[in-house]
Amino acid sequence: MYGVVHFTTGSLNMPIDKSDPNPNQSKASKFRWGELEEDDNLDFLLPPKEVIGTDENGIKKVIEYKFNDEGNKVKITTTTRVRKLAKARLNRRAVERRNWEKFGDAVHEDVGSHLTMVSTEEIILERPRAPGMKAEEIKVPGDSLAQLSKGGAVLMVCRTCGKKGDHWTSKCPYKDLAAPVETFVDKPVASEASVAASGSGKGAYVPPSMRAGAERTAGSDMRRRNDENSVRVTNLSEDTREPDLLELFRPFGAVTRVYVAMDQKTGTSRGFGFVNFVNREDAQRAINKLNGYGYDNLILRVEWATPRAN
Amino acid sequence: MRPILMKGHERPLTFLKYNRDGDLLFSCAKDHTPTVWFADNGERLGTYRGHNGAVWSCDVSRDSMRLITGSADQTVKLWNVQTGAQLYTFNFGSPARSVDFSVGDKLAVITTDPFMELTSAIHVKRIARDPTEQTEESELVIKGPQGRINRAVWGPLNRTIVSAGEDAVIRIWDSETGKLLREADKESGHKKTITSLTKSADGSHFLTGSLDKSAKLWDTRSLTLIKTYVTERPVNAVAMSPLLDHVVLGGGQDASAVTTTDHRAGKFEAKFFDKILQEEIGGVKGHFGPINALAFNPDGKSFSSGGEDGYVRLHHFDPDYFNIKI
Repeated sequence: MYGVVHFTTGSLNMPIDKSDPNPNQSKASKFRWGELEEDDNLDFLLPPKEVIGTDENGIKKVIEYKFNDEGNKVKITTTTRVRKLAKARLNRRAVERRNWEKFGDAVHEDVGSHLTMVSTEEIILERPRAPGMKAEEIKVPGDSLAQLSKGGAVLMVCRTCGKKGDHWTSKCPYKDLAAPVETFVDKPVASEASVAASGSGKGAYVPPSMRAGAERTAGSDMRRRNDENSVRVTNLSEDTREPDLLELFRPFGAVTRVYVAMDQKTGTSRGFGFVNFVNREDAQRAINKLNGYGYDNLILRVEWATPRAN
Repeated sequence: MRPILMKGHERPLTFLKYNRDGDLLFSCAKDHTPTVWFADNGERLGTYRGHNGAVWSCDVSRDSMRLITGSADQTVKLWNVQTGAQLYTFNFGSPARSVDFSVGDKLAVITTDPFMELTSAIHVKRIARDPTEQTEESELVIKGPQGRINRAVWGPLNRTIVSAGEDAVIRIWDSETGKLLREADKESGHKKTITSLTKSADGSHFLTGSLDKSAKLWDTRSLTLIKTYVTERPVNAVAMSPLLDHVVLGGGQDASAVTTTDHRAGKFEAKFFDKILQEEIGGVKGHFGPINALAFNPDGKSFSSGGEDGYVRLHHFDPDYFNIKI
């Protein structure tokens, strides 16, 4: 039988025996070694559970033995720390007050009321960090906040450039993106709407592009620049849509626009599309990396949208 | 440490006070019901029902028999701590803000807010041993400061009254005659509303916290500025450790920072400062809203904080708190 424990004189070999301080004495005393002829007889016997009581650090050890699934005798040591939350050394009056009856809204309360609960988080007195050092995070074992702070990088998604892990939308370094270009133009306009009366009578409507301070030229400049960073992708599969292209090209940098040519009648892709990058370098990298890339069983062809020599 | 969370109040906390023995914690909030908790495990003992407005502050007598509370419903009530019964009600013409028992619990100083034609005032009332003999009349009424008086406490030996409020000037008054004895220096004093004031354990110095993002330590007798502690947030509550030379400030959030907070909840912290070196030791986070009240247990081994979120967080210090070195 595999896993039989062999009793040899003077020592006890157990499959798991990491923390046991006295392998010989504690268990051996329960058995009479001399009387053991064949160890097979006593395999079904398990040593009894032991509790090594709370020592001065509050550590309590419970040692149990059981058979695991394979029939091996295993020893399980559970170490727990018993921590007292507060040592209340009360004077006589305070002790009397402890026995006062509840009054007011607390009259119908029992001890297990949920008004008072110990925090699940371990809070420490965080020392201030010297400038330049990385901030320490609160130790929050098993708390959802921990995931947020540890995996904070993963969960930070910026809507503008889609870069995961770097920054939030409001802190996007690529704030000047085409998608909100219209709103971008509107914002300075809104603040200067009151100044818009120049040139026209009071109360006359002034279109946004003609208002004072409208960044129309700037906007179209940006749009044109983006179109210069346009990348054509051909040999796309039928099922490819805009989100797929976005996902594929996003890792190379900020993408302002994706377009997939669709056949209106069948609703499938016509096999090609365009991706506009903010930065030319990103577009160049995307071309380098993705040209010839296997995507959905087809080899992609990625090139500049208008044939352009660098 | 594992703070104990006590959610007995539905509205923001306004004030926290431990009794002299440190086994009871009294909390006042805007929800009209002051509550008393056991200070070791946070178990609620009882509530004092009777006020019709936000309770701004409270004080407990040295023998923990009497509780006095000041409320926005223009009354100050005396309670029996053990049973929750109302013993007496003082009526005023305007909301009562700060209450404080004198040494010996024979007198109480109460401040009232400016309201309609009334200006803010400081009232001194005699507290009778036997509540049935209690009278309404004031021993002394002091008027003078402009704006709300947020806190008024007794000076050493009940000879003086220290007041601080919206006009950012700390004043010391004679408690018998009502004469103004001293005023804090305008240059070195606070620049904005003083929100909180707490005395040291022996009464020789006191700490004021203000919306100008600083707290200042003053000598009670001479009203000289001793120390200043600067934070990034307006200070709503201050506390001093009776055991170590630590000062704790609790505050809010600057209005301009409201929309750009980071994603973590529970980030309002009580900041610990070294009293003498004026340096920040650390912060204890956890509140979901600005901290409005702070109190240290008289034994110095625990403290509690009350926030805008309605929670009282009771912290028992870990052993290494007592070994902190700058």
